[in-house]
Amino acid sequence: MKTSFIKRGAIWLGAAAVSAAMTTAAWAEPLKVGFVYVGPVGDHGWTYRHDQGRKAIDKAFGDKVKTTLVESVKEGADSERVIRQLAASGHKLIFTTSFGFMNPTLKVAKSFPNVRFEHATGYKQAKNVSTYAARFYQGRHIAGLIAGKMTKSNVIGYIGSFPIPEVVRGINATTLALQKVNPKATVKVVWVNTWYDPGKEGAAAKALIDQGADVIMQHTDSPAAIQAAQERGVWAVGQASDMTHFGPKSHLTAIIDVWDNYYVARTKAVMDGSWKSDDTWDGLKQGMLQMAPYNAAIPADVLAMAKKAQANIIAGTVHPFAGPIKDQMGKEKVPAGKNLDDGSLLSMNWYVQGVQGKLPK
Amino acid sequence: MRPRLEARIGVSGAMVYVTPVLAVVLTMACGSVLFAALGHNPAAVLYAFFVQPISSAYGLAELTIKATPLVLCAIGLSFGFRANIWNIGAEGQLTLGAIAGGGLALWAGDDASVWFLPAMIIASLLGGAAWAAIPAYLKTRFNANEILTSLMLTYVAILLLSYLVHGPWKDPDGYSFPQSRMFADSVLLPLLTMGTRLHLGAPIALLLALAAWWVMARMFVGFQIKVVGLTPAAAGLAGFSVRRLTWITLLTGGALSGLAGLFEVAGPIGQLLPSISPGYGFTAIIVAFLGRLHPLGILLAGLLIALSYLGGETVQIELGLPLAVSGVFQGMLLFFLLASDVLVRYRIRWGRSVIVQEAG
Repeated sequence: MKTSFIKRGAIWLGAAAVSAAMTTAAWAEPLKVGFVYVGPVGDHGWTYRHDQGRKAIDKAFGDKVKTTLVESVKEGADSERVIRQLAASGHKLIFTTSFGFMNPTLKVAKSFPNVRFEHATGYKQAKNVSTYAARFYQGRHIAGLIAGKMTKSNVIGYIGSFPIPEVVRGINATTLALQKVNPKATVKVVWVNTWYDPGKEGAAAKALIDQGADVIMQHTDSPAAIQAAQERGVWAVGQASDMTHFGPKSHLTAIIDVWDNYYVARTKAVMDGSWKSDDTWDGLKQGMLQMAPYNAAIPADVLAMAKKAQANIIAGTVHPFAGPIKDQMGKEKVPAGKNLDDGSLLSMNWYVQGVQGKLPK
Repeated sequence: MRPRLEARIGVSGAMVYVTPVLAVVLTMACGSVLFAALGHNPAAVLYAFFVQPISSAYGLAELTIKATPLVLCAIGLSFGFRANIWNIGAEGQLTLGAIAGGGLALWAGDDASVWFLPAMIIASLLGGAAWAAIPAYLKTRFNANEILTSLMLTYVAILLLSYLVHGPWKDPDGYSFPQSRMFADSVLLPLLTMGTRLHLGAPIALLLALAAWWVMARMFVGFQIKVVGLTPAAAGLAGFSVRRLTWITLLTGGALSGLAGLFEVAGPIGQLLPSISPGYGFTAIIVAFLGRLHPLGILLAGLLIALSYLGGETVQIELGLPLAVSGVFQGMLLFFLLASDVLVRYRIRWGRSVIVQEAG
């Protein structure tokens, strides 16, 4: 009688333990995090940097997360299907990493209220859709300062992708910084209408060099301009990731996107239930962008100036869009003593003085 | 000893239907080796690629949505290809259809009457046909090669769309991003089922495929197209006007591609963007030949190619296979389909042909 009581008790206890273990197992099921990329992952550029962010999540949370990626998703009708499929297959946090995924992300978010979405570089939020972007223009300011000191021809070549505010902002930030240290220098822009096309980018770089440019900047993803610059013995500034190894002699620095901390923080927020829809626009201060190692050929005083500018931007004492700023027609856009506000920065569709050519409209 | 192809006399009727199945089986076999070499269970990959995407009503709807523009463009192209008119510019004609129809939607504004939709459809047909009329005119007037002119006009069309969404048609509240306003709900294609994106365009494409079959099989113009393509000399003797058929096939192809463009922007997209098609106009060339230029074959080929895209996404999501692997797999599928097609019509012979020996 007594043994059977103990035995029965043991069975009950065992069963309870098993069921407790099963419940914990259900809780411990990994959080699925999805990523939608506009390009192939590759080993440099925009998508590569986002994928580094994904790997940071893997590293930070181990088997508590399971990350999924879908690469080379076309902006347009296809992206909605991919995002929806990720949401429907149990992903609780989905990063859509291109501007063109904005409306599809919002459409899918409407039918999956319990899934959190993070859309890069967009401007529409919802209860379960956050947006995030980096203040790349801060890096452009530093690159512009260096270019102003390094140029001999006083012509800076700039390869633009599409005339959207983010790219125009980069051109303007570069030009303002450039003219601060070298008022004679101007910026020539070539639009290639692509984010990634080594052939076009290389041809644009060569055309700019032929027109006298001796520093090439780019707002496109391939290292073609760095290589062309190395070949022709001029300088270049890389984009999105460190491109030093593509042109060790030409590569002055690069503006690197660093999504790692943001991605880890947002994943953690979903895990502990503190995730809230937000609009994040971080910069050098938060480490969302960093400068690649500076070329050893940059003179010490120029390097010191660059580092000081970086420290000042982080401290908030220098704003790349501090007045007075005039547009190409000479009209004052920002009076002295004022900074351009975020709203105007986000919708920027005019060139500052010092940019050659007209902004395509 | 060099291998050469020799036309078979009398193509086996049964083989025409067996080879596509054989090609799929061969693809699966070779694909399995590839997947196993990458450390994945081949059965799981094949399931994720071919079955999982269409295992739900939602998946079937997505398959149909993806196939619709491919089928529309391919059917339009098949008329020309049958008559040896090589319209390579369906992508541009699709873009012009989207511009013409989408422009009307933007002009109609937010409180557009539902009657704008039929007008948009007509505008897209006219827009696509107008873009195809340029190569037709250059061909019939100056004998300019339509392969070149239609292909190059594609880039003009894409840049025109880019200009419009960067400039006059840009959303005024869109922070200067290159995109138009969203179309009013009333001018979007009606959805056929709740919970999916399946729109009216899909059944219209099906009807047009049946109509195309009727034209080619039963109508005199279809007969003329076939004769011109097979034996131009006989067509000349019979008094068929190649000039007239050039116009008819190019305009038809342009109109159907234009319609495909409208179905994209007034369907799943709902606005004008700098890129509205992931190359449907070019993929449609493959679809047309895979379907042996037959409207019903094109329907099946369109669904198969659409499935290969959906499957490529699913194996990335479910199994973490990189996109490049699904690209290789899609390539295998096309390779086997086209290779078996060649071998049904030709046999491989080794050594020089009899005629060459006589000449030598």
